[in-house]
Amino acid sequence: MSTSANTNPSAADAAGRSRGKAPAGEKFADWADGRLGIYSLAKANMRKIFPDHWSFMLGEVCMYSFIIIILTGVYLTLFFHPSMNEVVYHGSYVPLQGQLMSEAFSSTLDISFDVRGGLLIRQIHHWAALIFVAGMFVHMMRVFFTGAFRKPREVNWLFGFLLLVLGMFTGFTGYSLPDDLLSGTGVRFTQGAILSVPVIGTYISFFLFGGEFPGHDFVARFYSIHILLLPGIMLGLMVAHLILVFYHKHTQFAGPGKTNNNVVGMPLMPVYMAKAGGFFFLVFGVIAAIAAIVEINAVWVIGPYRPDMVSTGAQPDWYMGFAEGLIRFFPGWEINFWGHTLVLGVFIPLVLFGVVLAAIALYPFIEAWITGDKREHHILDRPRNAPTRTAFGVAWITMYLITLVGGGNDLWATHFHLSINAVTWFVRIGFFLGPIVAFVVTKRICLGLQRRDKEKVLHGRETGIIKRLPHGEFIEVHEPLSQEQLYTLTAHHQYELAEIGPTVDENGVERKVGVTQKLRAKLSNAYYGEDSQVQKPTVEEYKEITSGHGHH
Amino acid sequence: MKKLSARRRHPLAAVVVLLFALAATGGLYTAFAPASKAKADDTAQSLAIEEGKKLYLVGCASCHGTGGEGTTDGPTLVGVGAAAVDFQVGTGRMPAQQPGAQVPRKKVKYNQAEIDQMAAYIASLGAGPAVPTKNQYNPAGADAAVGGELFRNNCAQCHNFTGKGGALTYGKYAPGLEGVSNKHLYEAMQTGPQNMPSFPDSVLSEQNKKDIIAYLNEVNGPETTTPGGMELGGLGPVVEGLFAWIFGMGSLIVIAIWVAARTAKAKKS
Repeated sequence: MSTSANTNPSAADAAGRSRGKAPAGEKFADWADGRLGIYSLAKANMRKIFPDHWSFMLGEVCMYSFIIIILTGVYLTLFFHPSMNEVVYHGSYVPLQGQLMSEAFSSTLDISFDVRGGLLIRQIHHWAALIFVAGMFVHMMRVFFTGAFRKPREVNWLFGFLLLVLGMFTGFTGYSLPDDLLSGTGVRFTQGAILSVPVIGTYISFFLFGGEFPGHDFVARFYSIHILLLPGIMLGLMVAHLILVFYHKHTQFAGPGKTNNNVVGMPLMPVYMAKAGGFFFLVFGVIAAIAAIVEINAVWVIGPYRPDMVSTGAQPDWYMGFAEGLIRFFPGWEINFWGHTLVLGVFIPLVLFGVVLAAIALYPFIEAWITGDKREHHILDRPRNAPTRTAFGVAWITMYLITLVGGGNDLWATHFHLSINAVTWFVRIGFFLGPIVAFVVTKRICLGLQRRDKEKVLHGRETGIIKRLPHGEFIEVHEPLSQEQLYTLTAHHQYELAEIGPTVDENGVERKVGVTQKLRAKLSNAYYGEDSQVQKPTVEEYKEITSGHGHH
Repeated sequence: MKKLSARRRHPLAAVVVLLFALAATGGLYTAFAPASKAKADDTAQSLAIEEGKKLYLVGCASCHGTGGEGTTDGPTLVGVGAAAVDFQVGTGRMPAQQPGAQVPRKKVKYNQAEIDQMAAYIASLGAGPAVPTKNQYNPAGADAAVGGELFRNNCAQCHNFTGKGGALTYGKYAPGLEGVSNKHLYEAMQTGPQNMPSFPDSVLSEQNKKDIIAYLNEVNGPETTTPGGMELGGLGPVVEGLFAWIFGMGSLIVIAIWVAARTAKAKKS
């Protein structure tokens, strides 16, 4: 044994490492950083903080279902033939043997019956699509009712809105691809709506279908739109949506320690990486389980599309249901002049379809105009603290649901033993009356909740303990709220009214007040007037009550 | 002759002559009188009509009139044929419970023998489609694919793609075709009950009807399989959307709440 040998192996190791023998991971990270610059990117974002609330995970549901749709969609493109060539079916589904159908329909049958895992993948794809749009809806409702669309997030709201609308149309072009009798009826419906557009409708229809309906082109065209154009735009919008979420940082609910200038929560790495990664598999699991258990769009019993056939009970997927409802409840008006027909019974619903959707897109700008607020908002509103906004949202949802009832009026009639005409009339009246009732009721509820909050701040929580005083009076013991709770309940900002100012100037000459200014003042009064918000307790009020003869 | 002639003034002569005349008239009558009634009395058909008429007078006449001529409450039954009776009574629609937009299918009130008797009586009022034989409606060997095409072309407008039923105006409806026997399907097509148009053999041949029955057995019968799992009533996108919202979105929200509740806490409080 030589004494000159290394007596300290670990020192030798360290020396070896410093001579450039780094572990593989580090070497790879160095290699990647040198070429991609990921170090600074990761350093800046890995520790990004996200606040914790279940409703902040709704966007994730959308993103994950979108990813699932893309993955399953790729599999389906391997076997689907987007062609309207007529073929005679000789596949394994017996009740369609020998029938004439398009290649699109026959390849859908092949995917369902002859491709390994085809039916399951088809069903995952379709269920994920329904859940994707539903998820966007709920996500958007969360953003709306908490006021998360306010500055600086208006553009991101528009991105989200576009994702919703594009999602609807991607869904529509997708379920139209199999060229079955149900979806073909839907395409015919859409063509009818296009035709109702004055002057240009006929041209658009001929352009889209390459001639008379149904022609031989629409499946191939819808296919390009469905698998390339719309998802491409959506993917871009989704990335932009996420970049903006990172850039703006996430909003949070009011609470002690949470200000407009910070985010209180957990870091992306490792907490949210683990949570979000796990949540992806949970979403995938739920969708896959539903797809494995429940059948969706059984095109084989629906049969191939033929323009001379139609079935009752033909409805679009749910996100297009309100368009169906608008058409179904609208009276069949039309005007004939100089040999032209203006089909108002279809055209007005088509316009309403746009108006209903545009209302979502424009709302943040309308509210910003009314408040005249130019500040940034990173603290979320509780819905009750913005009663008019909340009431608008609920009114919109009510109208949407009523048109959905209209879209399924025949099923309501058959399943509840009603007259379909009565259901249609209910929808006609409810379309106007329902939102108004919902608006008033919601606003009342919000104001009631505001009053309760005020009561709680000033008098404390009702404990349910009844105390008898020496002179015989019974009182309920109120427990004062903690400092944190008091802060949370009073953190919201309450707007001042936008005043027009005096209508005459100091010389008594009438001042010109613009129409828009008057409108703004009126709307401001409707939003933040005495009847629209309960003044939150002031410090003086609180001190007077808590210091004096106490609460009761 | 002399003897007879001699006694022609006998007090009993008139009586004898009368007896002879009576015997001759009676004999001639029995020889030539129409005998149809007596001849038919013992056949099964006429017994059935007799019995059927009795049942009819008790159960049906209040609306359809004592001779099947119809009243303001019910249409005439002259010429509807035995098939119509077999369908309406055999599916429990008749006797009707109450007037309304449409008479629903319900529990059958008569046994098949009684239904046959009523059918025989109604058929005796005027010619109409007869009850089909098993040979006519048995779908064995029929082409379900052709039946499907015929169904989508002629029936789906009201009865839905697979015969799940659908709504018509003012509370009327096309009923679901689940659990309807082959015979009743055939009879319905042939006679066009209530709001349904009729499809006589000149419109849908016997073979066509068999094909349609075969198709319905395939997609909406007791042995129908749904390869994709539960079919949710087979009503399509409305139910699927409802399911996606309630069970899909619902469970995902519950899971989101669960995940959000299980977080790494910076400070345990």
